[in-house]
Amino acid sequence: MADGTMPLLEVEGLRKSFFGVTVLHDVGFSVKPGEALGLVGENGSGKSTSMNILGGVHQPDAGEMRLDGKPYAPADPKAAIAAGVAFIHQELNLFQNLSIAENLFVDAFPRRGGLLPLIDRKAISARTEAVLKEVDLHMKPSTEVARLSQGERQLVEIAKALSRNARLIIFDEPTTSLTRPEVERLFAIIERLKQRGIAIIYISHALEDVMATCETITVLRDGHLAGAGAAKDLSLQQIIAMMVGRSIDTIYPQRSGTTGTEVAFSVSGLTQPGVAENIGFDIKAGEIVGLAGLMGSGRSELARMIFGLDSFRSGRIEIGGKPLSEPTPVKAMEAGIAFLTEDRRGEGLLMDFTIAENTVLASLRDVAGAFGILDGGKIAKVSLEMASAMRLSTDKVGEVKVKHLSGGNQQKVVIGKWLRRQPKLFILDEPTRGIDVGAKQEVYRIINGLVERGSAVLLISSEIEELIGLSDRILTISRGEITGSFDRRPFDREAIMTAAAGLTARLEAAL
Amino acid sequence: MKLGSRALLLILQNAPYLLFIVLLVVFGLMSDRFLALANFRNIIIQAAPIAILAIGMTFVLLTAQIDLSVGGSMYLTASVLALYLTGIPWPIGLAAVLVLAGAIGAVNGFVVTRFGIASFIVTLATLFILRGIAMYLSNTRTLMFEDQILTLNRATVLGIPSAIFAFLVVFAIAWVVLHQTPFGRQVYAVGGDPEAARKAGLPVSRIVFACFVIAGLCAGIGGFVSITQIGAVGPKYGDQIEFAAIAAAVLGGVSLFGGRGSVSGTVFGAILIKSVQNGLNIINADPYIYPLVTAAIIFLAVAIDGLRTRIIERLERRTIRPLAAE
Repeated sequence: MADGTMPLLEVEGLRKSFFGVTVLHDVGFSVKPGEALGLVGENGSGKSTSMNILGGVHQPDAGEMRLDGKPYAPADPKAAIAAGVAFIHQELNLFQNLSIAENLFVDAFPRRGGLLPLIDRKAISARTEAVLKEVDLHMKPSTEVARLSQGERQLVEIAKALSRNARLIIFDEPTTSLTRPEVERLFAIIERLKQRGIAIIYISHALEDVMATCETITVLRDGHLAGAGAAKDLSLQQIIAMMVGRSIDTIYPQRSGTTGTEVAFSVSGLTQPGVAENIGFDIKAGEIVGLAGLMGSGRSELARMIFGLDSFRSGRIEIGGKPLSEPTPVKAMEAGIAFLTEDRRGEGLLMDFTIAENTVLASLRDVAGAFGILDGGKIAKVSLEMASAMRLSTDKVGEVKVKHLSGGNQQKVVIGKWLRRQPKLFILDEPTRGIDVGAKQEVYRIINGLVERGSAVLLISSEIEELIGLSDRILTISRGEITGSFDRRPFDREAIMTAAAGLTARLEAAL
Repeated sequence: MKLGSRALLLILQNAPYLLFIVLLVVFGLMSDRFLALANFRNIIIQAAPIAILAIGMTFVLLTAQIDLSVGGSMYLTASVLALYLTGIPWPIGLAAVLVLAGAIGAVNGFVVTRFGIASFIVTLATLFILRGIAMYLSNTRTLMFEDQILTLNRATVLGIPSAIFAFLVVFAIAWVVLHQTPFGRQVYAVGGDPEAARKAGLPVSRIVFACFVIAGLCAGIGGFVSITQIGAVGPKYGDQIEFAAIAAAVLGGVSLFGGRGSVSGTVFGAILIKSVQNGLNIINADPYIYPLVTAAIIFLAVAIDGLRTRIIERLERRTIRPLAAE
């Protein structure tokens, strides 16, 4: 589009905080009709929040949005759709047990004339066929969505947006579960949408895709605007530099003691179709290995497979020199693996139970007396020890329910309950998500204490700073494959980011 | 592995048909009366009440809910008809039964959607309440019906026995509602993914409520058809029939987890169950074996459903990297 075209969407001074934590500071951007804006940034940089505001999921605290020059403030997702803004989520929102046509019209079926409220099948078929043609999906409108591949389902979502006359379509990580030919096909469709004058906001970690598809790029970091410009004026290195920033945190405590030489844990050839491909690495006693990967890279899935929560087709896991075959959580725990899940509310803690009850949950056998009956005295003793070791905010362990603790203290309880077992391997998935800096430091101190006593740690984190600050070694994972291994001092932040984004080979060629 | 799952799924989805064939062969070999045409007509007449009940149950199951109260609803409406509605033309009696049965369904639906209590609990409670009221009203006596109702059983419409006719009408209406109306498709949407249905702005509570009312109405109709066949109701009337209705639906491919199945499958499931009972009857099996066989069928149906759902989930599991070409 020629310069001087009015932007379709303008966003200025967007600000948003959750529970006192500001996640967006004065963010602004604009998109013209027929153009694509690439929105990039690390996890937690504020991309999702901005888009949720655009899609009517959240309301901003401050800032102005204009659509076609008119004020735009959707109260809910329906209002956004009505205004012509369609949001295609990473997790598609389709009914798999309905047909393509039914999915397009499920909230407002056109009816045949007459007394009976019958669906006008002919009309929905014809209209569906028309929009399917626009997205190049040659399927019968009556095909059940369950029978479609991921890529085809995405095209159905786009068709749905078109059938509602969307003028702005937001894509959130559209390519993560697509094959390369499907990705190419998606890009061709996006080009066609642009030619029709539809504006696109494209969010992705795959920077090359963003550069190829988008006219302009906006980079966010920690909720701030880190940079913006025309895609043709920006290089990949410049974008990565904007994403990671240069700030060095000093909150990471020094660790005494050295890494042992004995391999505490190893995995080799771990493969599960569609999730992991030939993953192999080992961790020494007293070593922290960081796992850097983007959301959906397979980092959490890897942890779940090691702990026996998900199955895998082939691969070998060894802990303390002994093989762990066909792991289940019980077997993994007995072998000395502890797992801090990324969702502590959902998986790690029983919110309505007291601190003491939660503390002994992972080691009930140790606090049982004669005939396997739980020994209240032992429970109290053990949980008090935990509370003081973790520097918990309260010592009323038998009375205070976990749901009344702060996020940081909850996290300490989860870690504390696993520490009781002196794990050989501790897998920590996002151990500091959603807790404040002070509590983070406490958690780091606890992790350091753990490795000083000889545990091996696999640390998964979205925050690259955290990985760099704590790890002895960092592995990168992308699309279910290990794409790189980096040693400490100095960690090359940009190289790690690049490898985590799955770009290594092509980036090297570009440099 | 994926291919193997698909093949297994195909077998599971056709399990009722395979079972039916086995049944025909086994009972056919044991008695030549079983395969007689007249016997099939009998089976369908016998299956009509349970099929109608199961059609209503299908609506509720499709939204991932359950209705255990239909047997109680049958007993109470029949008792009210026998006690208080004598001497009036039967169509008015039937209308009164439908109003009462629909109201019972509405109460179930209201409590489930308004207070968010599990339908399993709510309808289990109403089941006991309804049976209790009926026993109180009838003093647990066996109640007889008037001749005008009893003769309906021998009546035919367009040459079709009345029970089969009623069943065909209910089936046809249910099929059209589920497959050809916005409401029907939204029932599937709600059962398939309640969260997505809410996000799409569908009136989820209203849809679930309506399904309970439909289940109630079907219990009324099914009960009425059954009265014309039996002629009298006692405290055991409709006892545990809800489980046969659920088994019929699940055998016919309706998932207890919601969103999958259809009324045609349900009808087939009902006929399958009645065929087993009919076959046992014809070969003079020990009556005490009937409940065992019925229990085995229910177990089989639920086991198949669980396995089927697991396989579907596995097939639909999200992947983070493209699968290798198959």
